[in-house]
Amino acid sequence: MSVAEAFEKARSEDRAVLVGYLPAGFPDVEGGIDALLTMVEAGCDVIEVGVPYTDPVMDGPTIQAAAQQALESGFRIADVFRTVEAVAATGTPTVVMTYWNPVERYGVDRFAQALADAGGAGLITPDLTPDYAPEWSEAADERGLDKIFLVAPSSTDARIESTVAASRGFVYATAVMGVTGARASTSDLAGPLVARTKRAASAHQLPVGVGLGVSSGDQAAEVASYADAVIVGSAFVRTLLDHPDDRAAGLAALRALTEDLAAGVRRRA
Amino acid sequence: MTDLTTSPAGAVTTVERGRFDADEHGWFGEPGLFGGRFMPEALVAALDELTEAWQDAMADPTFVGEFDQVLREYAGLPSPLFHARRLSDMVGCRVLLKREDLNHTGAHKIRNVIGQALLTKRMGKKRVIAETGAGQHGVASATAAAYFGLDCTVYMGAVDTRRQALNVARMQLLGATVVPVESGSATLKDAINEALRDWVASVDHTAYLFGTAAGPHPFPSMVRDFVRGTGDEARAQCLEQYGVLPDAIGACVGGGSNAIGLFTAFLDDAEVEVYGFEAAGEGVDTPRHAATIHAGESGVLHGARTYVLQDQDGQTKESHSISAGLDYPGVGPQHAQLAHSGRATYIPVTDTEAMEAFALLARTEGIIPAIESAHAIAGGLRVAERLAAEKGPDATILLNLSGRGDKDMGTAIEYFGLGEAHRDVTPGGTA
Repeated sequence: MSVAEAFEKARSEDRAVLVGYLPAGFPDVEGGIDALLTMVEAGCDVIEVGVPYTDPVMDGPTIQAAAQQALESGFRIADVFRTVEAVAATGTPTVVMTYWNPVERYGVDRFAQALADAGGAGLITPDLTPDYAPEWSEAADERGLDKIFLVAPSSTDARIESTVAASRGFVYATAVMGVTGARASTSDLAGPLVARTKRAASAHQLPVGVGLGVSSGDQAAEVASYADAVIVGSAFVRTLLDHPDDRAAGLAALRALTEDLAAGVRRRA
Repeated sequence: MTDLTTSPAGAVTTVERGRFDADEHGWFGEPGLFGGRFMPEALVAALDELTEAWQDAMADPTFVGEFDQVLREYAGLPSPLFHARRLSDMVGCRVLLKREDLNHTGAHKIRNVIGQALLTKRMGKKRVIAETGAGQHGVASATAAAYFGLDCTVYMGAVDTRRQALNVARMQLLGATVVPVESGSATLKDAINEALRDWVASVDHTAYLFGTAAGPHPFPSMVRDFVRGTGDEARAQCLEQYGVLPDAIGACVGGGSNAIGLFTAFLDDAEVEVYGFEAAGEGVDTPRHAATIHAGESGVLHGARTYVLQDQDGQTKESHSISAGLDYPGVGPQHAQLAHSGRATYIPVTDTEAMEAFALLARTEGIIPAIESAHAIAGGLRVAERLAAEKGPDATILLNLSGRGDKDMGTAIEYFGLGEAHRDVTPGGTA
């Protein structure tokens, strides 16, 4: 299934898509794959596999800690493709979220090819905006990979328009001004940003996903009331970090969280 | 291109784009090669706003005049150009030192922070943040914040806060909040990461006073504009005092702000050789160095495409230098371009060579330099010896003495085994 088809399916069921994130190689490569497969089974519609990186300027302490743990236990770029392959084999669309330098170092074309070969659907690029992405755009277009760029509350309407025009799959609205991390309350910046983005996106029939630190089914339901997808990252990572010595318990907690969130995106409170 | 309006202290207005300037996307030289802006979308609006404010300010005589006045009256500029006679005798040609060590807060960095803080005020923002390695840029930022009445938070690697407790205290005394950064390697690059994370959340009321001529557009160009007074002054002083341009100029390069500050005025003087001296740490053939241009490869770090010390997977490697100010695994993108184009030559200088030059300058000229600047002395004297051999005693080299060494006495005590007084001195002679 493609990312577009996952959104189409959710739309036909009158619900939002649940996008779940974990960094590859956390707690280790096999453990990370097990965790992502659990999230797929329990109701994630799209999986986002993160690339651990030494200088993650957009990430809060939770994801930083997981990425650092992955790097310290010997994470290599090839592990991302292994992880993508294992998850994509389930039929769930799987995208990679990565800071730019690892892609640049690997070779943009080579990275795109390896991603496509692994069954990956595309890339989310938190520190690469479309105006600096001609090489990636070309490599993605050649292979039909999704290009998921970000918009933020500070984006001008003109930049939202050009970002939406450059995106494929969905456009990622970072609905808080700040780094990743679970938040107790949802942001009042989210609604207006999503409204502005949807205005621009409707012409391109591009769905809008929202990431703003959702960690519960109720929050997911609230975001699902105005967004096409609810993106959850830190809450999943936190769940695994909270069970460092008992993987079975960690996976059970991950399953419970996913089910709660999956129910949330179906409530659209 | 440039309509150079040189004011008394040498601050300069750059009105049009010259061949060494970045284009509107921040690319130096060929588009896509070095520079750019690899940043989260959340910061793009702020970087656009900053770009516009900086360009407006540099074209505004009131801003340039105020910048110049503060540098003169508060920071003690212009700094003198000093003929180091004993060093000159030693190498066989004229060695000139641009005395940025005499500036307020002891380094070239005051130029940058005064410029950025003045711009912050002009933009109506009330809070500044900064990263710092050894604490020099943090102290300069805290100083400028105090002077302009701005709230100041400085991010500093936790490892560095322990190594540089004195500078932490100075920043605190100046009214800044110092936040220790525990993430990653807990050093300068992680302090930059943390400052960027703060900025993403605070950008509507906060300015990021970036400490070097690196990072995303417009920082490399903007910082260059604020520090280029070093070279503008030095060029004018050299012509006035000696009637010639130097045969060569040189400066140490970490991120590269003092170097670009010196180089800029001379780049169009094709006959002037330009040298940057990188920190080779324990040697460029060991893993412990910070010679980014010499040993790094093209990549993206902290928002710019430049040379980066990185592994096969594009993960940033930890750098090493005895000098904290050069201990950075990236380098300003304009230096990458100047190296690529061949306009400037970058030469590695080891810890040992730098410490020898540190002691040499103290003993021959009575100047204790920053260890950063000692890299420029060490590398510069090597170039000077060659110049003397090729061109004779009339050859001139101009080196940027970018900072003073008070902050480095702890390192010097340990390195040279100093600090214990001895009784066994022969009166009237050397023992």
